[in-house]
Parts: sequence; structure tokens; C-alpha cells
Amino acid sequence: MAELFAGLTTSHVPAIGAAIDNGKTNEPYWQPVFKGFEFSKAWLEKLKPDVAIVVYNDHASAFSLEIIPTFAIGCAEEFPPADEGWGARPVPVVKGHPDLAWHIAQSAILDEFDMTIVNKMEVDHGLTVPLNLMCGTPKEWPFPVIPICVNVVQYPPPTGHRCYMLGQAIRRAVESFDKDLRVLVFGTGGMSHQLQGPRAGLTNQQFDYAFLDRLTQDPQALTKITPLEYLREAGSEGIELVMWLVMRGALNDKVEEIYRFHHIPVSNTALGHIILENR
Amino acid sequence: MRQPQPYDDIPGTTVFDAERSRQGYHLNQFCMSLMKPENRAAFRANEAEYLKAWPMTEAQRQRVLARDWNGMIALGGNIYFLAKLFSADGKSFQHVAAIMTGATQEAYAQMMLNGGRSPEGNRSLAEWKQRG
Repeated sequence: MAELFAGLTTSHVPAIGAAIDNGKTNEPYWQPVFKGFEFSKAWLEKLKPDVAIVVYNDHASAFSLEIIPTFAIGCAEEFPPADEGWGARPVPVVKGHPDLAWHIAQSAILDEFDMTIVNKMEVDHGLTVPLNLMCGTPKEWPFPVIPICVNVVQYPPPTGHRCYMLGQAIRRAVESFDKDLRVLVFGTGGMSHQLQGPRAGLTNQQFDYAFLDRLTQDPQALTKITPLEYLREAGSEGIELVMWLVMRGALNDKVEEIYRFHHIPVSNTALGHIILENR
Repeated sequence: MRQPQPYDDIPGTTVFDAERSRQGYHLNQFCMSLMKPENRAAFRANEAEYLKAWPMTEAQRQRVLARDWNGMIALGGNIYFLAKLFSADGKSFQHVAAIMTGATQEAYAQMMLNGGRSPEGNRSLAEWKQRG
């Protein structure tokens, strides 16, 4: 049987991708950011998951305003990097895992989560930057990926509670898959940040630290944060944090916090990262 | 008339809700078209001509040509779609964020290095009005 053994979260700031692609990772601005992931890369290298489920949001790359799925799952064999306006990032094509992806889609739908099934999709920085942070810049990504897209572009995004419940449904789906696979789940986005308007640049360290604490110890409390509170306290784009709750819902109630990293600034953003293992 | 929303009280912030999405549909879809290199080339060759193909309002077109980012957001532009436009211009999120706040690039970058904009005094319109 497949096993979902751990989860992690990380911001997915596009400037991180640009720093990697333009060879700036050793500059003083970027050094502490990449240093913050050295432990995590070693942790991942040791654990060698068979598959990663990456919960992220498409940033108007695969989905325009023509079709806006609230929850979508990538079931394709592979997902090429998207051209976001400056040419596609020079990163490997992301290989999918259609067997498990289709199984999750079917299981989740019968579990009353009406997923949109996506058989052709390009993936943007929202998915490739977390892979870079956790895996560096290999010629091929070290594991296949199942992308799960959550709409956070068009208001309202799904509630944190709904995202948490989706995580639980994903867990049930993985555990009913009839092959021995060790599965890791990524939640991406956040933490506090605002990219638009005269309030751009908002960060909220106190909110972020409390969120990280409760993510480990009391995720139920986080499911009660309203969209309005995210917008006001974490910034208009900080609402991406609901995606972290998909990851958390897929883990045990009791988890061990293996690692955490928080850094301000990365471009306009407070970067946050945490690794949790089931106990 | 726009229905008032609780998030309208958050200062300096435009939430991309149903009304804004409907208002900005063609503006945002135009931005999306810049994901293709041939479209970027056509846009650069003659911006005004390229924009004619998109049934947006004249005011929206003018704000695109002027790269008036707050102005585009006020007319239904969404920041993730606008990112396709400024990326095609070779500009970063931080570059455009600074412009939207009215700060110089240096001042904005320094504010971020100092820990970003605090939520204190930035939670409600009343706080901004008090500040004047």
C-alpha cells in the first residue's frame, strides 16, 4: 500500500527562480535564502520519496480567466515549464505519475471532492521554484510529481477548512492505492505578502510565526482563519497560505516538526518553510 | 453600483472578486496572450495596434500603454495577469510593486530589507485616513 509519510511547505517566489536561472544564488541578498534550504535538501536526499504531490497555485499560466478550477489535479505523463512572459524557465520537464494521480482523482471525487482532471498543463514558478529549493538544479527531477492546483487568483479561493479536508481526502486516496509507494506532499505559496497596490510589501512576522507554530500543533485553529483575516493580516497574496492546509490535512494529527525557516525579504515576500513528519 | 464588501476596508488593496473579474476580463486575457513570443513581438512592434484586437475599454487601453499599474488594477486588472505584461517588459515584481506604492525603487527595496511594511497602521481605511 502507498504511504504518505511526510509533508513540507515552502514559498514559491518567482524571484528565487530568476536568481537560480541567472546564477545569482551566491550574491549576499540570496545566500541566506538558499542556505535556509541546505538541511532540507539533505533531508529529502536521504528520504528519497517515490512520488511528490505538490499543492500549488497556477499564476494565470495554465488557467486564464476562461476556465478557473477551484481544485485541479494533473494526471498527465509530463508537465513542461510555462513561458510566463520572459521565456520558459530552463528547468527539467516535470514527470507526472498518472497511475496515482488518476487514482487520487477518482478516490477524491467519490469522497465528495469534485476535482478537475487536467491531462495537458504547463507548470509555472509556483511548482518549479519549490522543486528547485528542495532538489537544487538537477538534470532531471529526482521523483515524479502530481500537481494539485488550488485557485487563489480569483476571489474567493476555497476556505482553509475546505483545503484541510481536501488534504484528508488525498491521504485516504493515497492509502488506498495498491502499490508500495512512499509519498511526500508539498504545500506551497505564502507566507505573508502583498504584491499589488499602495499597500504592496506588507509582511507580518507575528502572523507567520503563529501560523508556523499552529501548523505543527493546532492546525484545526488555522482552519478557522477567514478569507478576510488572511487578506488583512497576511496581505492580499498571503491568502495562498490556505494551500499549506492541504498539506497539513494529509498528515497525522500528531506530527514532529523537523525543520523550519523564515526569512524576510525575498523580493516582496516573507518566505516560510517547514518540514513535518508523521508520528 | 458595486455592492460594498467587508474587504473594501483594507487600505491600498483591490480584491479580485467577481465584479473586477468581469470588468477586467479582456484586459487580463490580453496580458495572458503575451505568454507567446510571437505575440510579444507583435505587441512590441505596435502596442496600440495590438491592443485594438482586444475588446477592452479605451480607458483600459490607455492605462496599458501608460503602464499605469494601479490604474489597470482599478479597471479590473489582476496582478498575476499584469505580471505577464511587466515580465514581457523585462521588469520584476519588486520593480512594479515599488511603482504601485509610489516609492522609489531604492526606498521600496530598503523597506523590504528592513522587514517589509508592518501591518500596524495598515489594516483599515480609518487608519490611513487618520494618517492623512
